[in-house]
Amino acid sequence: MKILVPVKRAIDYNVKVKVKADQSNVDLANVKMSINPFCEIAVEEAIRLKEAGIATEIVIVSIGPAVCVEQIRTALALGGDRGIHIATDLDLDSLQIAKLLHTVVVKESPDLVILGKQAIDSDNNQTGQMLAALSNMGQGTFASKVVVEENMVAVTREIDGGLQTVKLSLPAIVTTDLRLNEPRYASLPNIMKAKRKPVETIAADSLSVALASSVKLIKVMSPAQRVGGAKVADVNELVAKLRTEAKVIA
Amino acid sequence: MSILIYAEHDNTELKSETAKLVHAAQQLGSEINVLVAGYQCAEVAQAAAQIAGVNQVLVADNAVYTHQMAENIASLVSELAVDYSHILAAATTTGKNFMPRVAALNDVAQISDIIAVESADTFVRPIYAGNAIATVQSSDALKVLTVRASAFDAAELDNDAPVQNIDLVHDNTLASFVDAELTVSERPELTAADVIISGGRGMQNGDNFALLNGIADKLGAAIGASRAAVDAGFVPNDMQVGQTGKIVAPNLYIAVGISGAIQHLAGMKDSKIIVAINKDEEAPIFQIADYGLVGDLFDILPELEAAL
Ligand SMILES: Cc1cc2nc3c(=O)[nH]c(=O)nc-3n(C[C@H](O)[C@H](O)[C@H](O)COP(=O)(O)OP(=O)(O)OC[C@H]3O[C@@H](n4cnc5c(N)ncnc54)[C@H](O)[C@@H]3O)c2cc1C
Repeated sequence: MKILVPVKRAIDYNVKVKVKADQSNVDLANVKMSINPFCEIAVEEAIRLKEAGIATEIVIVSIGPAVCVEQIRTALALGGDRGIHIATDLDLDSLQIAKLLHTVVVKESPDLVILGKQAIDSDNNQTGQMLAALSNMGQGTFASKVVVEENMVAVTREIDGGLQTVKLSLPAIVTTDLRLNEPRYASLPNIMKAKRKPVETIAADSLSVALASSVKLIKVMSPAQRVGGAKVADVNELVAKLRTEAKVIA
Repeated sequence: MSILIYAEHDNTELKSETAKLVHAAQQLGSEINVLVAGYQCAEVAQAAAQIAGVNQVLVADNAVYTHQMAENIASLVSELAVDYSHILAAATTTGKNFMPRVAALNDVAQISDIIAVESADTFVRPIYAGNAIATVQSSDALKVLTVRASAFDAAELDNDAPVQNIDLVHDNTLASFVDAELTVSERPELTAADVIISGGRGMQNGDNFALLNGIADKLGAAIGASRAAVDAGFVPNDMQVGQTGKIVAPNLYIAVGISGAIQHLAGMKDSKIIVAINKDEEAPIFQIADYGLVGDLFDILPELEAAL
């Protein structure tokens, strides 16, 4: 089976983002960028399916400026077979991303598409579901377990009330949650080998997808800061303050 | 403006998110309908009819909606969408699952997790784990919005809106329900609780979470956890609070043995009062805590239970 794994270049999860002084956006100049952590989990799951003899080919795709090829190379070093870079300098919304990915789905006919459930920059949690709708496929979102059966995939999902398992006919869309697996690190020899793996570049505006977004960013502000930092000496002082000062317990 | 709100429920109980969404919708316009899609969910519809501001409750009661599978619900909502300017669902795992599908089927954007309404086309939402707050404006004729319910107060319950059954059956052959393992608890739900006490990696194991029980009993609190505690298998996934877990804003949040990573803070920093119990006085959680207590949680928790 062929697996398609879209990956997003995003701010590294250890970095605390700052807002630009003119409130036009966040400031990403000289900030460390990585593969979005949920996309990394998607790559890892595809590799495990290949190691288990279920998947035969893993295609990595990323959409964005030329630097996204770094993230494609990282995913290839982890175990992807080849890459597709859809090149654009535009800041696209999830719907446009899903439409571009849909063109790749049509061309590549993967049996499974595994995506991260959300990107830690926009926190949108939309692309996989939108791609599923556009491709008329079933979706297993927020997956903590993926079991491929004949022509089917069983996906255990993390939901607010606990866990839910659904069965999807293939081809299908899966989005990853944190507990699906623990991603590996790329070894140095594999990083070297990944440099020779094929990466095809396609211009986004050659794909007959309307790239204009209907959502305009008006401004970006810093969140209200909490004034914390006060300490209490012991449990008695804590309970007294919660009762009489904060008045949050009886 | 006509607004359709997707009711959050489990076929027997209407969840607290729905009345909060009605309040959010009232800032958009006054023509507000609530859709209850489920199976044998008449009681839920009755509860929704009581929410002030609701004009009409639409009920799609059919076995195909029992588990609110995204494929069925999205195609149902997408068909209804032609009559509305806005569709709202709570940013729960149900809403997050089907709403982007609705947006794509209707060829419009979705705006996720809004925390404020500026006008009928302009909304405020956190990005980057809440470290930045974006204001966005949509030019789509249909606005598809998921709403962070904890950011809105609930509408009153003094209404008796008409309930109308709708006879639309959307089934699919793409996906089917297999089973669910739902956590059963006598405690309030995390997203509805006034008080939450959460444990982190510092709890060391699942058994030690019992130390939180007595305190939670006395405070009527829900029990939450950090990702590290869930990943380590101390407690189930539905207890995770954070950027990628549940977003909560109770009156009182007590963080025990939690360091305060930005991803955890994203889920609880809008709580009214935050208490942190941690043995490391440099732990970042103290920077946002109203009351920090430095010490060993294994000494402090029994003392706290006794003092309450
Ligand atoms: C993509 C992504 C998404 C994430 N989403 C979330 C999320 O939704 N929610 C979330 O919580 N995290 C999330 N995380 C993880 C987050 O970055 C942290 O790793 C996690 O929150 C740490 O949990 P913790 O505070 O329990 O553990 P630690 O950081 O290990 O902290 C444990 C704390 O316990 C204290 N302690 C230890 N023993 C004692 C004792 N005896 N008495 C008192 N104090 C003690 C220590 O001093 C320490 O401060 C996410 C990470 C990523 C990459």
